[in-house]
Amino acid sequence: MTTTTAPIPAAARRRGSAPSTRAAWGFLTPFLVGFAVFYLVPIGYVIYKSLYGVRRSSTFGPIQEVFVGLANYRSALGDGDFVRGIGRIALFGFVQVPVMLLIALVLALLLDSARIRFTRFFRLAFFVPYAVPGAIAAIMWGFLYAPSLSPFNQLTRPLGADPDLLSADVILWSIANLVTWTYAGYNMLIMYSALQAIPADLYEAARIDGASDLQIAWRIKVPIIAPAVVLTAVFSIIGTLQLFTEPQVMATVSTAISSSYTPTIAAYAQISAQNYGLGAAMSVIITVATVVLSVVFFRLTRKRVEG
Amino acid sequence: MTATKLEPDVRRTAEATPPVRRSAVSPLSMAVLGAATLYFLLPIFWLVVAATKSTGDLTSTFGLWFADFHLVDNLRAVAEFQDGVFFRWLGNSALYSLGGATVGTLLAAMAGYALAKYEFRGRELTFSVILGGVLVPYTALAVPLFLLLAEGGLTNSVWSVLLPSMISPFGVYLARIYAAASVPGELLEAGRVDGASESRLFFTMALRLMAPALVTIFLFQFVAVWNNFLLPLVMLSSNDKYPVTLGLYTLNTQLTLVPELKAIIVTASLLSVLPLVIAFLCLQRFWRSGLAAGSVKA
Repeated sequence: MTTTTAPIPAAARRRGSAPSTRAAWGFLTPFLVGFAVFYLVPIGYVIYKSLYGVRRSSTFGPIQEVFVGLANYRSALGDGDFVRGIGRIALFGFVQVPVMLLIALVLALLLDSARIRFTRFFRLAFFVPYAVPGAIAAIMWGFLYAPSLSPFNQLTRPLGADPDLLSADVILWSIANLVTWTYAGYNMLIMYSALQAIPADLYEAARIDGASDLQIAWRIKVPIIAPAVVLTAVFSIIGTLQLFTEPQVMATVSTAISSSYTPTIAAYAQISAQNYGLGAAMSVIITVATVVLSVVFFRLTRKRVEG
Repeated sequence: MTATKLEPDVRRTAEATPPVRRSAVSPLSMAVLGAATLYFLLPIFWLVVAATKSTGDLTSTFGLWFADFHLVDNLRAVAEFQDGVFFRWLGNSALYSLGGATVGTLLAAMAGYALAKYEFRGRELTFSVILGGVLVPYTALAVPLFLLLAEGGLTNSVWSVLLPSMISPFGVYLARIYAAASVPGELLEAGRVDGASESRLFFTMALRLMAPALVTIFLFQFVAVWNNFLLPLVMLSSNDKYPVTLGLYTLNTQLTLVPELKAIIVTASLLSVLPLVIAFLCLQRFWRSGLAAGSVKA
C-alpha cells in the first residue's frame, strides 16, 4: 500500500479553487459505484418486481409479465403463513433480545468491576461463539439438541426426563438460545468497551458518598453507556427481523420448521418457487419493517437517553 | 501492517488504565462469570470431543467426554470425502473473505477518509444514504441481486459472491470515525503546502495513520463474508464454488438419509471454526477498538 496507484490523477494535478471537492468525489466514487450496483439498484429492482406478476394467456401459452399494482402485497399480507411468521419473530424478538442484552449488560458490568480476576480470559471466552458462523453454530446446536446425541438428554434421562428440544413446542426457544449464545458476547464487548471509556474519577465522588458497587453500576454506569445499549438493541432488532440462517439450517434436523417459519424464509421459498412478485413483495415488507422499527427505536430512546 | 502501535486515540484502552485499587474478589461475581464461561465454551468443548469420536460412539457414549480416539480417522474421512471437496470449500471461503475484505477495506477507507477530511456539497447527504445501507437487511438485497444477475446470466459464478462482498457501508461508517480521529488536518495542510497531491496524501500518509482502524474494518468484513450464508445459497448452484458454510449445510441436509455423515460433519465443523477462533484470539485488541468506535457515536 504505497504510492503505486493514483485513482484521481485529475484532482492530483489540479491546484486552485476547489481541488478538495474533486478529490473527495474521486475517493468516494469507487465505493459509491459498488454501493449503487449492489445496494441501490437491487432495492429499486425489488420494488419494481413486487409490482408485477406473471400471467399466461392460455394454459400452455407464453408467460407474460404484467403490472399488478399492490396485488402481491395484498397476497403477502393475506397469506396466513407469512403473517404467522411475522408474529413468530415478533414473539421471538420480544423475549430473546431483552434476555440477551440483559445477559450482555450484566456480564459487561461484572467484567468492569474491580472485584473480579481473570478479566481477559472471561472476555475472550464470552466472545469466542461470535467466531462461529451462524450456519455452523446451527449445525452444532442441532446435534446438541437432537435427543439421540444430546449431552443434556444423557444427563436428564436418568432423572426420568427426555425432552425433545427440536419439537414444535420448544424449537423457537431452542433457536433463541442458539442466537443468544452466538451474539451475547459480541454485545457484551460493545457495552464493555463503552464502560471502559468512563473516567474512573466519576465513581470516586459516589464512593465517598458511600454508594455501593451495585448503586454505582445501576445509577452511574448504565445511564452513561445507554447509547451503546441502544446500538446493540437496534442491531439485534435488525438481526431478528431477518432471521434466516439459523432456522433454515435447523430445518434440516427439525420437522417443526416450515418453509414459512420466518418472513425471510417465506420470501426465499417464494423466490425458489419462482413466484418472484410475491417473494419481492415479502422482501419489501421485511425491509420497510426493519427501517421503520430501527428509526422509531432510535427516536424513542434518543429522547430518553439525552434527557 | 507494521504501524500497529498507532492505536487510534478515540479512547483509552483498558490496558492504559490499571485499576486504581485492588478490591476484594467477590465470590458471587466470580460464580456468575464461571457459569457464563461454561455456557459459552461447553458447546465448543463438545465439538472438540465429538470430532474425536466414531459415528457410533457419538450416540452411544457421553457427549462431554472422550471415548475411543478417532480423530485421525475422522480427519482422513473429511479429507477424502468427495475427492477433498471440503478443502475446496475452505479455500472458497478464504477467497471470498480475503478478497471481499481486502478490496472492501480499501474502498471503505477511501470513502470514509473523503467524508471525514473534505468539505463539499452533498457530504452529509451522501453519508446518510450510505448509513441507511446499514439498516437494509441483507436478505432484502440478496434476492433481488440474484434476479438481476440471473437476467445477465451471471449467477453461479465466483464473482456473484465476491463482488457484493466488497461493499460495506458499516466499514465506511467506521472509517469516517477513525479518519476524523487519527488523521490531523494540519498534517494534510502541511503536505499540501509541500506540493503533495491529494492521492499521495491519502496513500502515503492517511492510510498509514488509519492502519489500526483498517485492520478492524478488515476483520469485521472478513467475518461477515466468512459467515455469509444467504448470498451464496441464493447465488451458487455448483458444489465446487460453495463456501464452507453452504457446503456443510448441504451435507447436513443429507444427514437423515446418510447417518454415517455425522462424524464427517462434526469434524469438518470443527476444522472450519478453528481458523476464525485463532484469528480472534490473536487480533482481539482490534476488535475492541472497533466495537468501541461503533458505540461512541451511537
